[in-house]
Amino acid sequence: MSTDSFIEFRNVSFAYGERSILKNINLSIPRGRFVAIMGGSGSGKTTLLRLISGQVSPQQGEVIVDGKHVEKMSSRELFELRRRMGMLFQFGALFTDLSVFDNVAFPIREHTHLPDSMVHDLVLMKLAAVGLRGTERLMPAELSGGMSRRIALARAIALDPALMLYDEPFTGLDPISLGAIAHLIKKLSDALGTTSVMVTHDVQHSLNIVDYVYFVANGEIVAEGTPDEVRASASPWVHQFVYGEADGPVHLAYPATTSLADDIGLGDLHA
Amino acid sequence: MLETLLSPLRKLGHWVIEAIWRLGMISRFFVAILMNSGQSLLRFHLVIREMYFSGVLSLIIIVVSGLFVGMVLGLQGYTTLVRFGSADALGALVALSLLRELGPVLAALLFASRAGSAMTAEIGLMKATEQLDAMSVMAVNPVARVVAPRFWAGVLSMPILAALFNVMGIIGGYAVGVLMIGLDSGSYWSQMQANVDLHVDVVNGLIKSLFFGMAVTLIAVYEGFDATPTAAGVSAATTRTVVTSALVILALDFVLTAFMF
Repeated sequence: MSTDSFIEFRNVSFAYGERSILKNINLSIPRGRFVAIMGGSGSGKTTLLRLISGQVSPQQGEVIVDGKHVEKMSSRELFELRRRMGMLFQFGALFTDLSVFDNVAFPIREHTHLPDSMVHDLVLMKLAAVGLRGTERLMPAELSGGMSRRIALARAIALDPALMLYDEPFTGLDPISLGAIAHLIKKLSDALGTTSVMVTHDVQHSLNIVDYVYFVANGEIVAEGTPDEVRASASPWVHQFVYGEADGPVHLAYPATTSLADDIGLGDLHA
Repeated sequence: MLETLLSPLRKLGHWVIEAIWRLGMISRFFVAILMNSGQSLLRFHLVIREMYFSGVLSLIIIVVSGLFVGMVLGLQGYTTLVRFGSADALGALVALSLLRELGPVLAALLFASRAGSAMTAEIGLMKATEQLDAMSVMAVNPVARVVAPRFWAGVLSMPILAALFNVMGIIGGYAVGVLMIGLDSGSYWSQMQANVDLHVDVVNGLIKSLFFGMAVTLIAVYEGFDATPTAAGVSAATTRTVVTSALVILALDFVLTAFMF
């Protein structure tokens, strides 16, 4: 594996109680690259992000971020690591009792001792970077879904993180907001030179902005490659996922043990 | 047959273990709050802000209820005392009932349903919408930043609200006894002054409300923090806060009264 890996998973397994989520995952994300983790709902991809940020610990294996073992960190070390990390949550997770300004200023005020005037300037610069200067007095309840997501992005980059984590950043957005967010994420990640990990099931937008893709299904990495390799992939699984086909190796229907005819009392007639 | 006999026993056992487990969790949570309180005390404006939400916004309900409870005490006290020819003692009766029992207990019950439920719902919703996760990923401890300021705001607000409840109750008793029924104003106040002891009655009552404040706020923040992060989970947690707080206030009141008076 590359020595310049920013994030490395070595034989990582994770389970919630009895329910196994990830099995024996190995992956490596080089410094400064933008990597997408794709997979269907419930495939365990959000858990991968939570392992990187240390919100959960693996039962087995090692999670290494910037050369340090996340699973062995004390909560103080973990908080130290997280200061260099930004995360965009699925629906933004803006603090509902704080204004847009205070939301973006939150990490700056918590972790630095900058004077108010400098915090003010920094917040306006971050808001300008996401194209929302002028909204600083609004409350989160007054924002549209797309705007919330962009404000949350401004908050996530407030301290110029070395690592950005995106949890389903495109969920529930209209096509225009979605395109805008995708463009912004790409632009910011290039400008800041951050290492970025994005968990998503939006194939088309993601393939346009990322450098590398891992596909996760049933807790395992089933395929990986650059966007061009993925588009041209011969794997029936990848093909089905990328082109959104109902028929393929992944079955839409739940594997019921009895037939529909039996369940609705027509079994005898059928026989 | 054996199964029918054992099933209620098993349920009882499960209920007891569950209750003890929750008591253990809430105790550990209490310790976590105490250990993470430094920031609340250093940045006291965080506590002041929460005191506005839990204390100031509870003022209306406390003031109005206190007034009515005092008025009822005035009416009921007068009709009973007048039978024994000691209607003049109304001032003492109203003040003692309020300071020792009704003020702290009723103010705490009202506080639990007004501020406690709001606290649980707010923290529960923050959890459901990943705000607590977001804070934690930003390397800010949610117990220190969200829970501890609310806890101390509740603990500090409760005695002040109870004292206000007492004052309003005494004014309510005065309105009914003196202004409406026509008792002598001087004896209303002098009986009160002669029979109320600062330490035994006033201070002990406020100590009670301090304990109630700690119990109610601890239950409220714990239920919010522990809520299942869904709409149904948050609403169930809010209900639990009000019910558990009411039971704990009444049980604690008995214990404290037994020790104090």
